[in-house]
Amino acid sequence: MNCDKCKENAIYQDPNLCKKHFIEYFEQKTINTIKKFGMIKNKQEKICVAASGGKDSVALLFVLHKKGFNVEALAIDEGIKGYRDRSLEFLQEFCKKHKINLKIKSYKKEIGKTIDQLSKKYSPACNVCGTFRRYLLDQHSKEYKKIATGHNLDDEAQAVMMNILKAQTSLFARQGPMTKDIDGFTQKIKPFYFIKEKEIMTYAFLLGLNIDFEECPYAPLSFRSYVRDWINKEEKENQGTKLNIVTHYLKLREDMQDNIQKIETKENKFSKVVKDALQPIKKCHECGSPCSGLICKACKLKEEINA
Amino acid sequence: MKIIIERTKEEKELDFKGTIEELLQKLKINKEEVIVARNGALVTLDTELSSEDEIKILSVISGG
Ligand SMILES: [Zn+2]
Ligand SMILES: [Zn+2]
Repeated sequence: MNCDKCKENAIYQDPNLCKKHFIEYFEQKTINTIKKFGMIKNKQEKICVAASGGKDSVALLFVLHKKGFNVEALAIDEGIKGYRDRSLEFLQEFCKKHKINLKIKSYKKEIGKTIDQLSKKYSPACNVCGTFRRYLLDQHSKEYKKIATGHNLDDEAQAVMMNILKAQTSLFARQGPMTKDIDGFTQKIKPFYFIKEKEIMTYAFLLGLNIDFEECPYAPLSFRSYVRDWINKEEKENQGTKLNIVTHYLKLREDMQDNIQKIETKENKFSKVVKDALQPIKKCHECGSPCSGLICKACKLKEEINA
Repeated sequence: MKIIIERTKEEKELDFKGTIEELLQKLKINKEEVIVARNGALVTLDTELSSEDEIKILSVISGG
């Protein structure tokens, strides 16, 4: 099969592109997403990449660095033996080679226990892990304008479907290409929002970022892997399924925001209630993170595990 | 033909004629979840394989 743009052999299918044109396509798609949502205002803006050492975050670090953005890396060491220790070792070498600043914060030191220890009490460990991960990222990224994460089209399509299947209402809080600019909190951006996991893997392979790590040992237990397998089966039969899920979600989100604005002008009292429900605007008494009650989930959990 | 499945660290010799897409079907691997390298270079699913080829199947799924 030939490349759609030249006579070379294609190395990727849908779109059919050769090595050179695939790299161009991938980087341009990332830049277009950044522009479309106004994720990064200028190249001086200090950006922190939430890096795990896995292919998504390493590819993101690589693209942003290559394109001249002002990036540094922040890694969270959850304490997963045989998995995270290996990926962090790779990340350290990668950052050294490309002269990128790297900070590593560990659960052991910051929370008191590793995920390996916590997984005995909390199963699946993913919920606890995600809470602490976001907590540490928030705590250690205050000096940056934005936190960029490697979340991709697959991740987002999974999150949308998970919300529907479990009737969760966290639709506005964590999903979407970027979080709102709320006073005191670093905005999170997802430059790979429209990029498939398969495309990221291809890019990483072509650039010799040969990352061959196993899946997180706790992941196979999670509901997410079930949803992921199911979406991948759909995508195999109908190319474009993932993009359709996410596009539909973005449209719904837009409509909902329009409606809130309409209600707002009609009835001020009611809109305040709706807004409060949609946005955690209070701050945790312990750590200052955004939360809906007095103390945030992470601080509550922290107390619980160290009791 | 030598086949290496990176995710499970599996290595095997296989007598197979056909394309990569057909090989993946035979191995019951979803093409959405892997990229495939023949003799070290990425190739598309319609690529016809020969018996001397070394095929590496890399999983695109990871823990982030
Ligand atoms: Zn080309
Ligand atoms: Zn807190």
